[in-house]
Amino acid sequence: MEAIFYIIKTLISILVVIVPLFLIVAYVTYSERKIIGFMQSRMGPMRVGPSGLLQPIADVLKLVSKEIIIPTNANKGIFLTAPMLMLIPSLLVWSVIPLSEYFIISNINAGLLFILALTSLSVYGVILAGWASNSKYAFLGSMRSAAQIIAYEIAMGFALVGVLMLSGSLNLQNIIYAQSGSLFNWYWLPLFPLFLIYFIAGVAETNRAPFDVSEGESEIVAGFHVEYSGMAFAMFFLAEYMNLILISILCSIMFFGGWLSPFQGTVIDSYLSFIPGFIWLSIKTLIFIFVFLWLRATLPRYRYDQIMRLGWKVFLPITFFWLTIIGILIYLDYLPL
Amino acid sequence: MNIELVTFFIFSTLLIFTCFKVITSSNPVLSAINLVFSFFLSAVLWLLLGAEFLSIILILVYVGAVMVLFLFVVMMLDINIAKKTAAYIKYLPLGIAVFIAFNILIIYFFINTFENIDYNAVKNIEIISDSNTQNLGYLLFTKYIIEFEIAGLILLLGIISAIVLTYRKNPKNKYQNPTKQISASKKDRLKIITDLKE
Repeated sequence: MEAIFYIIKTLISILVVIVPLFLIVAYVTYSERKIIGFMQSRMGPMRVGPSGLLQPIADVLKLVSKEIIIPTNANKGIFLTAPMLMLIPSLLVWSVIPLSEYFIISNINAGLLFILALTSLSVYGVILAGWASNSKYAFLGSMRSAAQIIAYEIAMGFALVGVLMLSGSLNLQNIIYAQSGSLFNWYWLPLFPLFLIYFIAGVAETNRAPFDVSEGESEIVAGFHVEYSGMAFAMFFLAEYMNLILISILCSIMFFGGWLSPFQGTVIDSYLSFIPGFIWLSIKTLIFIFVFLWLRATLPRYRYDQIMRLGWKVFLPITFFWLTIIGILIYLDYLPL
Repeated sequence: MNIELVTFFIFSTLLIFTCFKVITSSNPVLSAINLVFSFFLSAVLWLLLGAEFLSIILILVYVGAVMVLFLFVVMMLDINIAKKTAAYIKYLPLGIAVFIAFNILIIYFFINTFENIDYNAVKNIEIISDSNTQNLGYLLFTKYIIEFEIAGLILLLGIISAIVLTYRKNPKNKYQNPTKQISASKKDRLKIITDLKE
């Protein structure tokens, strides 16, 4: 009886996370078009609903009703599993994300490792999609993407090692608790270079501009998902935006105190204590999502060899250097732990 | 019947099945994908033993990095599948011989170890917390620090030697020097002169 109750409770909490997540993804695409439109002096979507607010729903309906075309000589099984392999890890990661002080689907001890392991899996979707499509453009895109993801994953992992050293825990709730205090107790201050590297590597990991060589439209049509249509394409699309939201939320958890209020420890805090932690987390996450969209509207695409150079020759040495400094500071008791 | 036992049997059956698929499938990419699945399933088995750190690291290192490179290489191959099946039969007797020899070795090894197992070795391990990760880290960086460092050095040596063996600098190669490309000085910049006509 208790087991059944537990399963029902878990299923409900999964629904509570997943359903809003899909809605958020839909409206992130809308806000992306609106924000980039604003930055380029355009209106963005305006036709469907008041100021285009129903545009994402129209897009979803269009994608659902379209035919999934399977290219001749494509490996059918892998061709159809690749989008799922892309979407499943990016959904699974949400099971360990602490959305507030009380709400987390599964508060596991090795949460940080779990996230690293699952984010490293999304590369399979890209590689297999590119290979199974039996198309030159798709294959080129997946090759580029694989090399890029492997390069930036290392810098990303090392950036998180800094968080690990300061908090002394792999549990995400404990990492947030370790940052409590005030705005200046959050890890962005002692780990500033690592924070920048984490965010930039996150942009590269999600294959978004300016690192979107794997789908560079002007060079290889649409990269690894050039042969996909309908729902199969929609799954790639969903996974990309879910990863975008994930990197933003992870940035705010690891370096900006998660659901902690920024005014903690000051006089203002007592007036603002009615605001739930979830709201603070959402505000921080939305800022990062905005930065993602901002980057896309501002920066031109990196050249491929320079992406590799940046990952291996710039980011990796900086993380090594900063980890050494953090180690020395911890050893000398200069950092509050 | 407890749930752990059921999970164990489900996942180990799947593990044997995927391992079998690795060596029997004619397409090398399918073999590699099945190998990925088998890593996954063995990670689940480790998780059942309570070794959360090892199981997640298995996924992170083998599935997330090693197998990606494997797939990378395998996908570049252009293998004639029909030709490969002919070779399959040719090498079958040798394969069976190796299979039997290995099985004998493994069975012999297991019988020997389980008879002479030192149960005190497990009891003497110092446990500092409930977390598997912390215990492992503690042991690696205190008791086994020298072995750990030696293993790290060997891996570093492996990386360097692999680069030394494969890297050949061809003087005819035309490659770009990014440092030279991105360096710019003031005199390279475009100068806008407005007051020419005035």
